Amino acid sequence: MGPVVGTVCVKRGFMKMQKHGVIMDVTNVKQAQIAEEAGAVAVMALDKLPYDVRRTGGVARTAGLKVIEEIMDHVSIPVMAKCRIGHVYEARVLEELGVDAIDESEVLTPADEKRHIWKWDFKVPFVNGARDLGEALRRIEEGASMIRTKGEAGTGNVAEAVRHMKIMRDEIRKVRAIVEEGDWQEIIALAREFRVSYQLVCEVGRLGRLPVVNFAAGGIATPADAALMMSLGCDGIFVGSGIFKSEDPMERARAIVLAAAFWDEPDVVAEAQRMIDERKSMIGIGIEELELRMQERGAEA
Amino acid sequence: MRHITVGVLGFQGAIEEHVYITRKALSEAGLDGEVKVVRKRGELEKLDGLIIPGGESTVIGGMMEHGGIMDYLRQTRGEFPVFGTCAGLIVLSRKVRDRVLGETNQPTAGILGVTVERNFFGRQGDSFEVDLEIPVIGGLFRGVFIRAPVIVDADSEVEVLCRLNGKIVAVRQKKVLATAFHPELTDDARMHIFFIKKIIG
Repeated sequence: MGPVVGTVCVKRGFMKMQKHGVIMDVTNVKQAQIAEEAGAVAVMALDKLPYDVRRTGGVARTAGLKVIEEIMDHVSIPVMAKCRIGHVYEARVLEELGVDAIDESEVLTPADEKRHIWKWDFKVPFVNGARDLGEALRRIEEGASMIRTKGEAGTGNVAEAVRHMKIMRDEIRKVRAIVEEGDWQEIIALAREFRVSYQLVCEVGRLGRLPVVNFAAGGIATPADAALMMSLGCDGIFVGSGIFKSEDPMERARAIVLAAAFWDEPDVVAEAQRMIDERKSMIGIGIEELELRMQERGAEA
Repeated sequence: MRHITVGVLGFQGAIEEHVYITRKALSEAGLDGEVKVVRKRGELEKLDGLIIPGGESTVIGGMMEHGGIMDYLRQTRGEFPVFGTCAGLIVLSRKVRDRVLGETNQPTAGILGVTVERNFFGRQGDSFEVDLEIPVIGGLFRGVFIRAPVIVDADSEVEVLCRLNGKIVAVRQKKVLATAFHPELTDDARMHIFFIKKIIG
């Protein structure tokens, strides 16, 4: 049989190649080159960093295609781009352009509050945000090849990412125990609660983890933040505003890459943390001060 | 029979996938052994063989260079068993170029006498799986190619193990084994068994 593109193995496999790495938000070629030089596994192209999306207000859409294309022509690592939740045609356009993956992201203004993109129709892999296991499994059933915690993007505050990863971890532990016990009635009850298939709940129970790669995102700003998220069992890190809203992007990017790879060696994390200057970290925003909670976008669907 | 210790380089990429399939390979081959994730140069000396996983070659290569692992491999001159998949192939090669960017000056160990071209088939949308014919493991094998490189030029001492449409996608030279595809993304442990039995020996 001849070659087949866009299979589950090829899409999920691409995301597995990102594991233990750091994917960095960039808005232009220069930032993309800094990210590549610093050791990013991939870059995420967007029009404005989440912090600026908050500040500017208005409608946040997918990035300009010329900018994305220019980034694709100047770095050798994968280039991902964000589209609005439910915006099938922003996704189609990005797929045509040839981006390596698409983030159907709550950082942009949702185009459809009720339905996410049916991602099985695409050969390009998708990443989706989630705050808990039910949300993650609904996205996987729609065809997501990677899940990331939503956290609260653009805040420089890791607290929500921690909360989401812990919720996910605790729920997976519970599912695992129930599947191990063979309590089928309870598994059906959980499948109904999560609004996903019985089979998918069983699969999570058997694996003891999501069947796709699970990254942390939303508020990561320092090497110690990255190491903390890795210690909670995530497979890798997204950094949005944390790098290019700091005053030491190159050093910080390098340091976060180091901390994500060596999170279980505190001496290396300390070395990474020494590479940055806390006075140069993005100021950040407290969650209670927020007018817009991006994490709530698309959560009920 | 002796106890075999296989290391999986643990910087970045499909580390757990290689650990899983290497354990499976040991068990299917009925061999006594263990699999360890390694990141330090000092750990390499205690290994019988090292696997370099798929991932991002610029990231893995940079950390190998920084941690002295690249130097260690250079000094082995191909006499230490190493198995590289995809990014692992790239960091073992003598010369690397990128389909779009041309010559990349990324660090490599240079213990495989080959030139590789990164992202040869294109971007992720062009990634694919296909049946490959690999005689040394007994025939058909499912090849998963993710933004994969190919070997565009190989020294005469390099043994070609598999071609896809004429392009070299698996090779062996001395004790160095490399594939452009990802056996760790399948459930088929035969490439890993080949590494353990025929190369580590």
